Amino acid sequence: MLNAVRRSVIFLIAFGVLLGLIYPVSLALIGSGLFGSKVTGQIQSSGSPLIGQSFTGPTWFHGRLGSYNAMASGGTNYGPRSILLRKEVSAAYAFYHSHGVNPTSQLITSSASGLDPSISVNSALVQIPMVSAARGIAPSALRRLILSQQSGRDFGFLGENTVNVLRLNQSLLKLAK
Amino acid sequence: MNIALTILALLIVLGISWRYLGSYLEAVFEGRVKFLSFIERRFYKLLGVDPEAEQSWQSYARSLIIFSVLSIAFCYGILRLQAHLPLNQSHLPGVPPALAWNTAVSFITNTNWQNYAGETTMTYLSQMMALVVPQFTSAAVGIAAAIALSRGFSRKLSKTIGNFWVDITRVIIYVLLPVAFIAAIVFMGQGAVQTFSHSVTIRNAATGFKQTIPLGPVASLETIKQFGTNGGGYFNANGAHPFEDPTAMTAFLSVVLLLAIPVSLTYTFGKMIKRKRTGLLLLATMAFFFFVSLGVATVAEKAPSPVMSAATHGQVVHAFEGKESRFGIFDSVLYDVASTQTSTGSINSQLDSYSPVGGAVALGGMMLGEVSPGGVGSGLYTILAFAIVTVFIAGLMVGRTPEFLGKKIQAKEIKLASIAVLIMPIVVLVATAIAVSVPAGRAGPLNAGPHGFSEILYAITSQGNNNGSAFGGLSGNTAFYNIIGGVVMLLGRFGVMIPVLALSGSLAAAPIVGETDGTLKTDSFLFGSLLVGVIVIVGALSFFPVLSLGPIAEALSHGRLF
Repeated sequence: MLNAVRRSVIFLIAFGVLLGLIYPVSLALIGSGLFGSKVTGQIQSSGSPLIGQSFTGPTWFHGRLGSYNAMASGGTNYGPRSILLRKEVSAAYAFYHSHGVNPTSQLITSSASGLDPSISVNSALVQIPMVSAARGIAPSALRRLILSQQSGRDFGFLGENTVNVLRLNQSLLKLAK
Repeated sequence: MNIALTILALLIVLGISWRYLGSYLEAVFEGRVKFLSFIERRFYKLLGVDPEAEQSWQSYARSLIIFSVLSIAFCYGILRLQAHLPLNQSHLPGVPPALAWNTAVSFITNTNWQNYAGETTMTYLSQMMALVVPQFTSAAVGIAAAIALSRGFSRKLSKTIGNFWVDITRVIIYVLLPVAFIAAIVFMGQGAVQTFSHSVTIRNAATGFKQTIPLGPVASLETIKQFGTNGGGYFNANGAHPFEDPTAMTAFLSVVLLLAIPVSLTYTFGKMIKRKRTGLLLLATMAFFFFVSLGVATVAEKAPSPVMSAATHGQVVHAFEGKESRFGIFDSVLYDVASTQTSTGSINSQLDSYSPVGGAVALGGMMLGEVSPGGVGSGLYTILAFAIVTVFIAGLMVGRTPEFLGKKIQAKEIKLASIAVLIMPIVVLVATAIAVSVPAGRAGPLNAGPHGFSEILYAITSQGNNNGSAFGGLSGNTAFYNIIGGVVMLLGRFGVMIPVLALSGSLAAAPIVGETDGTLKTDSFLFGSLLVGVIVIVGALSFFPVLSLGPIAEALSHGRLF
């Protein structure tokens, strides 16, 4: 009994140092050596391409719904038969329709993290009429812009072909100038 | 096409892992892997352990329990004191007692149920010490218990089942740490963060949008969270957070990591008892449940959502609420199904927003006892307990004394296996009944209607099975849910593990009897079907009534919204 207590304490101290300190610290050192700013979130003054932002109004391409509060990640947790979910979706759908856009399901729903940085290529393409009218840029130019920013699938088959909404809007700004 | 390629890739990687990680694990536990023996020897000296001296099952179980109790105290202490410890740049207060209790029990029982949001509750030191350390040790304890049971089958007339301290040390330094370390480097290369810098506040000049972005040592947690089937995320959004799973590649790697050990242990078991076909049979049984679950959930999530349809006049129907764009629907379902069928419980899409059938698949994996393929170690020892019950039932049918793998299964073994199989349904159903009977329990759900009941049922089932995934709408950070959850997790873990170790001791002490013409062949298709049948019947008889109050009622609501 006492032996097991003593062993547990020694075990927790030794492995606490190894797994709780040496392991994460050495990875942080290796990571910053190998990958630089990747391990600190690639944050620039305008934000991180990994963490989505809120874009409102017809002059921007929109991402998923939500307030993009990075200190409170997570989904809405609305159930599959929720009246609140119907309200959320209806309001977003009405917004897009008023700007001549037939939205995809990604555009009128919230993501799992609340911070989803990207949308499918098609979700960007369907917003062209709205952004084109608001900014006076030709639809064909917007289309080229979107297609030039496709991520492709990892190894050609994992995940979805997406565009990063922050990067897309940053290059939209350059195009508008 | 992409779905087929994803599954093919998964099968190839897991097939390799089954054969080679499985055989490596056997070598580790039999003491044939020695490249760190110079460190090991010194460490055992420090512990006062003779690595050659084995323990009886009672002594093994006593060490395991005392270690787990002190680990809970260690974890609880750090969480309570985090305000006064280093690496607290955000000046966070100590974690309140009820939440610290729930969290400490949660991580020590390999559950990783989280009644807190990591980014606003935990200091960097708490994440590393109070959460990551148990993610290694609780996985090691689970695997050790499964190996101890395997030794019970492989030995004859033996008083001992191995040495607990040696088993958990070896699996950490030879398996868990190296793999978690290398995988973390891959995650960082994909964009998972690993830093001790404080959170950063940004302002997008073009839009005026402001955001505070939390950081931390994420990658080091991420990989052991998956590889040890723990599941507790660094951030509230878990694997959906772009700093945890930046790409579809890391999500796929996560699925591989969390399935690797539970799958491979069936090979380890087969090798230890010198009957590889039996290992293969257990794997086939697990795979059957896994692929049925994956198929049903995929169809359910790809099906049109009635709410989407109602809100858009039938124009837009895909159920994308609570799913990330970069993963898409199938990769989200694959991740969440793999994680709920392995007792991992990490998520990259929100199960609360899944369709009733999709959510029921996640619940179902847990209610069948987490054997598809289950958590590290726990999947193997639980399915072996089911196999003993199956042998007994088959023996009753033909009127013979049951035998399993050369061991006579007698009254004592049947009692122990039955306790191991039945404790979870009893704990889950009683605790759910308590939760819906008291106002503090009914105050939890976010959603109305049958889904609100599902949220309560899910929380208790998840903790009772040491899974840790959630229907996230439940407000679990209350005294009631923190305390009852902690009790449920302890019973769900040690209420199974102790009978399993007793079983191991009793089997190890028994002789191995020769096979005769009358022996039931336990590596046949027939036995596999019987085993599937027993698992389904035990699960269905226990849980069909509660399922019909939750997901089934919801699925059959005929367009009614709540």
